[in-house]
Amino acid sequence: MLFDDPVYASRLLTLLTLSFHIIYATIGVGVPLMIMIAQWIGIKKNDMHYIMMARRWAKGFVVTVAVGVVTGTAIGLQLSLLWPQFMELAGNIIALPLFMEVFAFFFEAIFLGIYLYTWDRFDNPKKHFLLLIPVAIGAGMSAFFITAVNSFMNSPAGFDIVNGQLVNANPIAAMFNPSMPTKVTHVLSTAYMTVAFMLAAIAAYRLIKGSNHVYHKKALYMTMKIGLVFAIATALLGDLSGKYLAEYQPEKLAAAEWHFETENEAPLIMFGVVDENQEISYAIEIPLMLSILAHGYPSAEVTGLNEFPEEEQPPLIIHYYFAIMVTIGVFMIGLSLVYWFGIRRGWPFVRAQWYRWLIVLGGPLSFLAIEAGWWLAERGRQPWILRGIMTVDQAATTSDYVGHMFILFAGLYLVLGIGTVVVLRKIFKNDPVEKELEKLQGGEPS
Amino acid sequence: MSLELIGISVLWLFLFGYVIVGSIDYGAGFFNAHSIITGKQHILSKVIQRYLSPVWEVTNVFFVFFFVGIVGFFPQTAYYFGTILLVPGSIGLILLAIRGSYYAFESYGARGHKGYAFMYGASGLLIPASLSIVLTISEGGFVSIVDDNPVLDYAALFTSPLTWSIVVLSIAAVLYISAVFLTWYAFKTGDDNATELMRKYAIGWSVPLIIAASGIIYELSFHNEEHFSRMIDLWWMFGLSFLLWIGTVWLLWKRTRYGVAFGLLVGQFALAFFAYGISHYPYLLYPYLTIYEGFTNTAMAISLIIAFILGMALLLPSLYLLMKLFLFDKNYVQGNNSKKE
Repeated sequence: MLFDDPVYASRLLTLLTLSFHIIYATIGVGVPLMIMIAQWIGIKKNDMHYIMMARRWAKGFVVTVAVGVVTGTAIGLQLSLLWPQFMELAGNIIALPLFMEVFAFFFEAIFLGIYLYTWDRFDNPKKHFLLLIPVAIGAGMSAFFITAVNSFMNSPAGFDIVNGQLVNANPIAAMFNPSMPTKVTHVLSTAYMTVAFMLAAIAAYRLIKGSNHVYHKKALYMTMKIGLVFAIATALLGDLSGKYLAEYQPEKLAAAEWHFETENEAPLIMFGVVDENQEISYAIEIPLMLSILAHGYPSAEVTGLNEFPEEEQPPLIIHYYFAIMVTIGVFMIGLSLVYWFGIRRGWPFVRAQWYRWLIVLGGPLSFLAIEAGWWLAERGRQPWILRGIMTVDQAATTSDYVGHMFILFAGLYLVLGIGTVVVLRKIFKNDPVEKELEKLQGGEPS
Repeated sequence: MSLELIGISVLWLFLFGYVIVGSIDYGAGFFNAHSIITGKQHILSKVIQRYLSPVWEVTNVFFVFFFVGIVGFFPQTAYYFGTILLVPGSIGLILLAIRGSYYAFESYGARGHKGYAFMYGASGLLIPASLSIVLTISEGGFVSIVDDNPVLDYAALFTSPLTWSIVVLSIAAVLYISAVFLTWYAFKTGDDNATELMRKYAIGWSVPLIIAASGIIYELSFHNEEHFSRMIDLWWMFGLSFLLWIGTVWLLWKRTRYGVAFGLLVGQFALAFFAYGISHYPYLLYPYLTIYEGFTNTAMAISLIIAFILGMALLLPSLYLLMKLFLFDKNYVQGNNSKKE
């Protein structure tokens, strides 16, 4: 299958590259903001610990940026190599945000290079801090533009097709397509949330492992607070995404919710399993919730999946992705909210080992939620590559050897993944906070 | 000037930018590995690392810019080249990935890992070779249309002397450009040993470069006569380029004005690169695709050009700042500022 069918192999290779890339891309979008906040607090409070936080995060960040850049280059070129007919059509309408993404990336790359290598070169720490602003903006803008491209695939806009020919192209309308606002904001806020919980997990892990340093406590409290804010924002934006889906992509919403018949007062189904007769078992049903999620009031009519021709229905598996994403999101809101309250009120259990282990678990879980969310979004628009216009079969390359390339790239990502872990461990194991603090306080008074 | 011409000129300019900064980068990796193997690491590695540190990420953007830009301005290239280049493109990508990750891994983790340094150096030569295949293919003769889809004839491609001449040229160019630049850079750092070594490499690679370049013009006279005759029409550009090459070698030989020598080199490559591009006009993929057939709609072209101008207004000052801080900062290049390491 993998070696005979270029369509199937192209889909798998794209899935592999993107699933690997978004781990690094999420870090790439989120970490600059965290570094910025830490350094800003450090300068404001004149607290060495926060400055060091920024410095240490930046050190680890370089490694992930390097892998993010190369996997980003890979997916950029793979779009043309694996989906040539799609890119031929899309190039006519959606090239503008793709092009601008490169500028944002360029901008970020330049200032990141300057930031990383000028820690010792400015007398005024505020000047060095200013370099972070273009880095964080560049990272956010890349996410903005590339998500605009993806949202175009979900809700194509800004052109007409007359007799098979593309006419009236409007690049601006294509970029500001209906799903762009919900997608972009959701992507940004989940990236900030995930990275905050990732850094919280690291701090919690160090505390569990016996380093009782106040540095880690400060880092943990700060990142959990940031994580909480963005987790709540994510939930609100997720609700808006649901309303967008009900309006523009009802088949995706219906498949994700296993909502087969069109009805009013539709219930929301969490978890469960489904058989081929659309019989659902072991599920939790929340009455009226789907109508509220989709349209904002309980008696609203929600379109069912059976309204759509069978060959245009997304796979039912996306329900599980939806469940994973939402469950983790709710869990993280609860975890960070309790932690924040607990620290303020002095509840002892939030400092207990078991609670810290939960926080450690929260890091990888947040990444899992990101992956699940993307799988939901992408498989949920099957069989289309451009919803309503071009299916994936029509877009894939006709070239042979896609299966072989899959194996090559799988090997590459394995090496890169292991390399990242090994290198990051090495950097921080050999240079724990205590040692670095000693060095800084001994060496220079600033 | 028509929109098509503006589009292709912008892209060609960026490709040229990539050829120069990429060559410096690839060559530096190769010389770094070479110096480790031949035990001359103490002479070179410091100079190379100091240059590469802040710019490795920027180099990559030039490449991304080119392939995103060409799909934007000429969407049909995605269809033709995308289908044809699956295998060489993927191999190029994997090599790029090994290189890109190396810098971060090496400088923060396994410093001095010989195997990785060797792969880094080797990929520096293989990437230009794998990417330059596009130039061969665009000359025509290797692609046929089967069932409405373009198919690449690998056997014809790999047995063609033109392919191998272009590969040799790309490798020689990488090493020559890099050596001349590093001679200048080493000279600025005040490192006499490194300067002397790089100067030797630069002069050594200047001759194979010019032989390979002339060889390609000769090959083209059989392979693509139309392109060859258009190149002959532009003889003065190639001639001027040759004179600049003599100038660079002369300055290197005399051990003076390395900065000017590098400037002449940029001029030499710019002239040859643009003369080659102009003579290839109007074809993107001979004889299937011209820049007129493959061009995007007017609305997109105009918005891309506006985006490009705004982007440049943002980038040029930033690039200037980067160069000022790292390339042309006396303290930095001499390594005086850094308190650690």
